[in-house]
Amino acid sequence: MQAVLKLVAQRIALGLLLLLAASALIFIGTQILPGDVAQSILGQAATPQSLANLREQLGLNEPAYIRYFTWLGNALTGDLGVALSNGADIADSLGGRFYNTIFLASCAALISVPLAILLGLISVRYLGRWPDRLISTVTLATISVPEFLLGYIIMYFLAVKYRLLPSMASIYDGMSLPEQLHAISLPVIVLVLAVLGHMMRMTRAAILNVMQSAYVETAELKGLRPFTVIARHALPNAIAPVVNVVMLNLAYLVVGVVVVEVVFVYPGMGQYLVDHVAKRDVPVVQACGLVFAAVYIGMNLIADVISILANPRLRHPK
Amino acid sequence: MADKLDMLIARIDSARINRRAFLNRTAAFGLTAAIGTSLLPGMARAEPKKGGALKMGMAGGESSNSLDPALTLSQAPYAVMALLGDRLLEVSPAGEIEYRIAESVTSSPDAKVWSFKIRQGVKFHDGSVLTADDVLKTMQRHSDEKATSGALGIMQGIESMKAEGDVFEVTLVAPNADLPFLMADRHLPIQPGGGLENPASGIMSGPYKIVVNEPGVRHTFERNPDYWDAGRGHFDTVEVLIINDLTARTSALQSGQVDMANLIDPKVAELLGRAPGISVQRTQGRGQNVFVMRCETVPFDNVDLRLALKYACNRQEMVDKVLRGFGSLGNDMPVNASYPLFDETIPQREFDIAKAAEHYKASGHDGSPIVLQVSDVAFPGALDAAQLFQESCKAAGIPLEVKREPGDGYWSEVWNKAPFCASYWGGRPTQDQMYATAYLSTADWNDTEFKNEKFDALLMQARAELDPAMRKSLYSQMSNMIRDEGGLLMPMFNDFLDAHSDKIAGWEANPNGDMMNDLAPVKVWMA
Repeated sequence: MQAVLKLVAQRIALGLLLLLAASALIFIGTQILPGDVAQSILGQAATPQSLANLREQLGLNEPAYIRYFTWLGNALTGDLGVALSNGADIADSLGGRFYNTIFLASCAALISVPLAILLGLISVRYLGRWPDRLISTVTLATISVPEFLLGYIIMYFLAVKYRLLPSMASIYDGMSLPEQLHAISLPVIVLVLAVLGHMMRMTRAAILNVMQSAYVETAELKGLRPFTVIARHALPNAIAPVVNVVMLNLAYLVVGVVVVEVVFVYPGMGQYLVDHVAKRDVPVVQACGLVFAAVYIGMNLIADVISILANPRLRHPK
Repeated sequence: MADKLDMLIARIDSARINRRAFLNRTAAFGLTAAIGTSLLPGMARAEPKKGGALKMGMAGGESSNSLDPALTLSQAPYAVMALLGDRLLEVSPAGEIEYRIAESVTSSPDAKVWSFKIRQGVKFHDGSVLTADDVLKTMQRHSDEKATSGALGIMQGIESMKAEGDVFEVTLVAPNADLPFLMADRHLPIQPGGGLENPASGIMSGPYKIVVNEPGVRHTFERNPDYWDAGRGHFDTVEVLIINDLTARTSALQSGQVDMANLIDPKVAELLGRAPGISVQRTQGRGQNVFVMRCETVPFDNVDLRLALKYACNRQEMVDKVLRGFGSLGNDMPVNASYPLFDETIPQREFDIAKAAEHYKASGHDGSPIVLQVSDVAFPGALDAAQLFQESCKAAGIPLEVKREPGDGYWSEVWNKAPFCASYWGGRPTQDQMYATAYLSTADWNDTEFKNEKFDALLMQARAELDPAMRKSLYSQMSNMIRDEGGLLMPMFNDFLDAHSDKIAGWEANPNGDMMNDLAPVKVWMA
């Protein structure tokens, strides 16, 4: 047990270090973009005078490293600062957007993860027969179509032509949960289709790998039903790779869905980030980058820990 | 033709022109008087109805937007300002001054001192009364050198301002007959105390009050029960939803989730117009898609080379292919018939390969590639237009090379720096403003490096001139100078394209801007 705790602690420390490195990278990235915040805020309407005024006002004349460390210090105490472009408190705006993103991602995950694993199991059970082929073809097709196109196609049929579901997914305070679920149904469908294939294929491959083992043959010889063999004996031993892929996809659902957000007008974090990147709003970009990096690192951390716990060889290292 | 008729009908409805003028103008574009009269009786329009909830799907909004009028720069914040605020004056669809917070305007004979009489009894959303002092402070805030107001340029011609009783008085550095048009700028809604304390409070004196403000997502409004003008603000509530994606916007309109949408792409306008229950509104405006050459930068410092390129541009093809016909031909000057005092007799620049080749030869250009820098952020379809231009240049033997630039940073790195690049102008309410913004030798945004003392002198002369006929002839001279000597290569004026469902009535085309110059949500009503 001690060893496991130590391993987990190591992972977390490593994660924090990675996070720090990520924040520095994001900061450097925003510095080498063409133009500066003042120029981007004023756009074509900039005059040298108003540019100089705005730069002064925003403290852009300070050296970059000083701005970075000031920000990092504040962020550690929970103060993410205010957006340069409109003066709104970042923690406030980000909080609402983050909740929305997590809400959409969890709804998609709640459907896609069990579905992917179930489809994976069915594929293995009917390996090489028509259910396997059908599942593979359909999921590969949906993963291959770009998300925005998938979104438009689904929107055209379900929202415009038959008017079954709303084409806009905006949710806000004061909507009841069923209303919110109704509003986000189209993006959830698209996201489920987008991540399903990857997880399903991985489940299928991992279980197939285990199916060659001697103990599976034993289980079969005991006379267990094929599905029981797969679900009870093969799946638990295929967990590690499946968890890794599931976590990658969950992280993707949080950080990578900006296109879906735009298509369905969903007020999530991706859109918030993109808007502010376009304005060179460094504090917001940093804050979003930090949250995204934390989500990615956190998800991978969880995947690692689960893999360790699921694997006796990792659980009891020599 | 049908569009022109619609425009005239809209004007007669709003009493901008009378029956006689209507008949004259219909006759002018080939309709017989009989048809003209037969159109009139059917035009009596239903009275505006109060009530209902309007939902607008708008592009041009971001989560970084603010409620501070000084910082508004795109369509959604403009709509928000039109809902919340009221300016001293507005420019009507016919290009005339419309009195809002100012009840009347008078000037000294030399057009240097202007007095605005402030309407009495107008209340802000917080219940306080709007006074001339609020007007003064608002203008002071926008004219502060440290301010980042989009109206700073306008305010720079002001020497002093004062408020006395119910009169707000402006003294100018130099005479300007167009000052009322400048005061109609969208950045100048009146705020309590000038908004000095809290510029982004959203408290103004307009027909709607803000309820929810989530920049980049939605803004919701409720009717201001104390609003002074019964002719505006017909809906109980208004919701502005930010939908930047074109397909999402048109889908929302088609599925009935919004009642209005802006910035319709010319590529889909025709299809959308055929969808049941949807009207696409096309407004000829002052928006321009342009290519700008810097007149003092090699090789564009040669007037023959500039003329060669101007003759080599097939404008009709660009209007047909890039704008799908939703636009009109440019004439290498920044003004068109939608500007007051425009001289319609200036001949249209024709596409002429022979003349282009002739001028190119006369320019003595060494034959090295002439680079045109473009990006689709300059105007939608800029890249396509540049490629069409490249082909027609080839026919005249001009080696044009199109260089695609990233959209990110285009306005800071390319525009107003590159010797030859694509750009756009939204137009200005008057010729004076358009010239002063971009063609005066000293203008910050002189993106063609057009420096001509005679032109500058003419501009100042026209500004101080109060006789319309004289001003018209001065502006005509100036237009011709830019057309023949300047660095502006203007292929086309783009039309504004908006769409709304048939539930909406009262649409009135306004050449000053799209969405009825932002005023659609306060002027239309539920049919």
